Amino acid sequence: MTESFFNRPIETPATPPGRVERIGEACGIAALVNVDGTRESGARVGKMIRTMVDRENGLGAGYAAYGLFPDRADLYCLQMLFDDRAALEDTRRFLAANFRLDADEEIPTHAVPSMVGAIPICWRFFVAVPPEVPGDEDDYVARQVFRINGEMPGAFVMSSGRDMAVFKGNGWSHEIADFYGIEDYEACLWLAHSRFPTNSPGWWGGAHPFNILGLSIVHNGEITSYGANRRYVEMAGYRCTLLTDSEVIAYAMDLLLRRQRLPELVAFAALSPPYHFLIDEVEDDNVRELLREVRKNYRPAMLNGPFSVAVASQTPAPTLYGLTDRKKLRPLVAATSADDNTVFLSSEECAIAILGEDATEAWAPRAGQPVISGVGRGLVWRGTEDYFEGLEIAFANA
Amino acid sequence: MDIYHEIAPRFQVEIDREACRLCERCTVNCTYDVLTFNGERIVAKSENCVSCQRCATMCPQGAISVTPGKIGFPPHGTYTERIRRILYEQASTGGVMLAGSGTDLPYRVIFDDILLDAAQVTNPSIDPLREPVETVTYLGRKPDHMVAAQDDGRLTVDRGADYPNVRLSTPIAVGHMSLGSISYNACIAIFRAAREFGIMVGTGEGGLHPDFYEYAQVINSEVASGRFGIEPRYLKDVAALEIKIGQGAKPGHGGHLPGEKVDALISETRMIPVGSDALSPYPHHDIYSIEDLAQLIGALKEASRYRVPVGVKIAAVHNSAPIASGIARAGADFVTLDGLRGGTGAAPRIIRDHAGIPIELAVASVDRRLREEGIRHLVSIVAGGSVRYAADLVKILALGADVAMVGQPVLIAMGCRSCQMCHLGNCSWGLATQRDDLVRRLDVDIATKRLVNMFHAWTEELREILGALGIDAVESLVGNRDRLRYVGPNPRIADVLGIKHAGEPWSD
Repeated sequence: MTESFFNRPIETPATPPGRVERIGEACGIAALVNVDGTRESGARVGKMIRTMVDRENGLGAGYAAYGLFPDRADLYCLQMLFDDRAALEDTRRFLAANFRLDADEEIPTHAVPSMVGAIPICWRFFVAVPPEVPGDEDDYVARQVFRINGEMPGAFVMSSGRDMAVFKGNGWSHEIADFYGIEDYEACLWLAHSRFPTNSPGWWGGAHPFNILGLSIVHNGEITSYGANRRYVEMAGYRCTLLTDSEVIAYAMDLLLRRQRLPELVAFAALSPPYHFLIDEVEDDNVRELLREVRKNYRPAMLNGPFSVAVASQTPAPTLYGLTDRKKLRPLVAATSADDNTVFLSSEECAIAILGEDATEAWAPRAGQPVISGVGRGLVWRGTEDYFEGLEIAFANA
Repeated sequence: MDIYHEIAPRFQVEIDREACRLCERCTVNCTYDVLTFNGERIVAKSENCVSCQRCATMCPQGAISVTPGKIGFPPHGTYTERIRRILYEQASTGGVMLAGSGTDLPYRVIFDDILLDAAQVTNPSIDPLREPVETVTYLGRKPDHMVAAQDDGRLTVDRGADYPNVRLSTPIAVGHMSLGSISYNACIAIFRAAREFGIMVGTGEGGLHPDFYEYAQVINSEVASGRFGIEPRYLKDVAALEIKIGQGAKPGHGGHLPGEKVDALISETRMIPVGSDALSPYPHHDIYSIEDLAQLIGALKEASRYRVPVGVKIAAVHNSAPIASGIARAGADFVTLDGLRGGTGAAPRIIRDHAGIPIELAVASVDRRLREEGIRHLVSIVAGGSVRYAADLVKILALGADVAMVGQPVLIAMGCRSCQMCHLGNCSWGLATQRDDLVRRLDVDIATKRLVNMFHAWTEELREILGALGIDAVESLVGNRDRLRYVGPNPRIADVLGIKHAGEPWSD
């Protein structure tokens, strides 16, 4: 692509400027998971995302890696960006006061000459929740993350899960890959994102993946229901500090999957539900009834507007989800490797084809249907099935 | 004692003598004692005219014109003609002025200061003629979350915390207009149209005529302070129950049905003697506090075997937000907010015109408060009191209402001219009257079809707007204030509504 003076911001602060506007964007997404837990470098996922050059414009890219710190798998890894040393030290004091601070280190980075603008300080902390803290550990960590991102100037938590981390910033996908050296990391599940924002504050924290605890999301699309979804998750205690619709998807999934413990298929039916007229046509009485209940009870959770997402969840084992809106206004293809050990998701089939011998059969998941695959579970849902196909639905306490 | 004083008429009725063929149809149609035949020609007592337009509409020759009174009042910016007329009338009668319909004072309509968003490029708009755009709405309490577990091939859903909901085909409900305030034929037309379209109708506080139980599946029975017409099946056989605390046209007042309107039909329905005034107490005399309200909600749920949602209607007043919060916590399944401009069959003019707040502000503040308290899912918000047409429907939903309640548009669709003389019981169009000869003027079949047409048109316009917003289900519009912008003169209103000013892009 031809370089232009006009498509690169000169200043790229690590924290949002005073007035941050929610942005709409088109993007590329790519993801893979090795279902036997084998760890691999970021080479393949990097190759996938870089192939889809039309889907980015150099204003943001990022990666998420799971199964990253097997030696510290019990600790929360806070992968952070700082404007300056003072913000770093403020945060260190905050973390020391609120956590058991096990270790911290600078995130290894490499100078990439083509990257312009301010480069933030990249630092990670491994922390544990003090035993005297009452209540759910995850909720506690999430609250502290919201406090840092919402209230501490110059500090930003990119990710906060166990045994995983997010690497993201302002640049092309190849630049961010080189900057963090993702080929130096080994992980069993990778997410990748490249970005074509239509209006960018040029902010590192605004790049994808978005993360909360063990949940990370790469997103292509624009949520037209943002206001309704935002008010819904805010009612459940989330604070939308990033002003992006991707953030609100991450919180909605965290709420439904982790906190409400909804079975995956129920949660995805809530987020991207079938049309009423399709529900009416479902023959199985219990499936029809369940879908109606979901639509009735989760009205404000429904994600409307064009989107395709790849989502990674850490618990109970690294799991990769793919989902689109129910009109499938943004693309998503899935594929498995010849040995069935790797499941791939991407915006375009070219990203799978570029892997050549690795990826064989590619398919298009149905609009609004999830793809579910995970370490130890394999590919459990292709997204081409009927709703709740093969499951026996039962109602208790009716 | 009435002491009459001649005042220039509000309207001037004139007959084109060349066109008039003396058929006398106008004299039969006029219900306000304006037009008579004196044996030689049609004569008009303009001072009685309310501009219901019945005579002019029915004249086969088009010979009648009704225009604003020709005797101009001396202009005065402070003592307007309206105020002077009130003073003349009060000096004549010594009484509290009554009025029908909703206030006609020109308070600024906030709806008209709000503009809608539309999708461009980054989020494709949707053509509702080619793609599904859903308007199905569920009225009632929702659980905090569903309880379900998956174990091997079995997915078990716990329905222990489920609540009854009414499924509406579109987020519209017809407000409470009792038999008494409106006619038997008008009631039947509304019930039939609602059943055909799949929406809900309020009974008003007048009970249900035995004939109306045929439409029980769309009926929302109102329990008001007078408890008129309440019998077991009024509570057990219907789709929803609603406790009326107040209404937008007269916050702080109870219902008024003059004894003149209480004929045999009304007597049977309200279960009161013929000719007796049906004046509901201002408060419920068993509800002096929120805990008393909780008891009545509980009693109604017991009586209806927890089969239907139980709501509470309040007038939109300054303190609506905390009141609505209390109502939600008291166990209600929906809260109905009736705004400043809400209609009535009869109300003291002073309270109709001067008490309450606009529905736009009430909905925004109630929705915000319920969310702040984390209890928005406990109640659906039904909002009415000047949802005039589909544009207002879209905006009230985006401000936070789940369902829009309509009254006057329904009457207008059936022929109402908004002359605001409902309290007189002489409605020449057969709507707000109990006179048998007038009631028969309303053709039930035609009125039903006109209502179905209007609901259809509103729903199609709602779908057009949803499509333009890139939204394919109405629930994604509810409370989505980000898609509204303010263009009025007072930014403070935008703050209360929680919307940005036009020209400001998406942001916090």
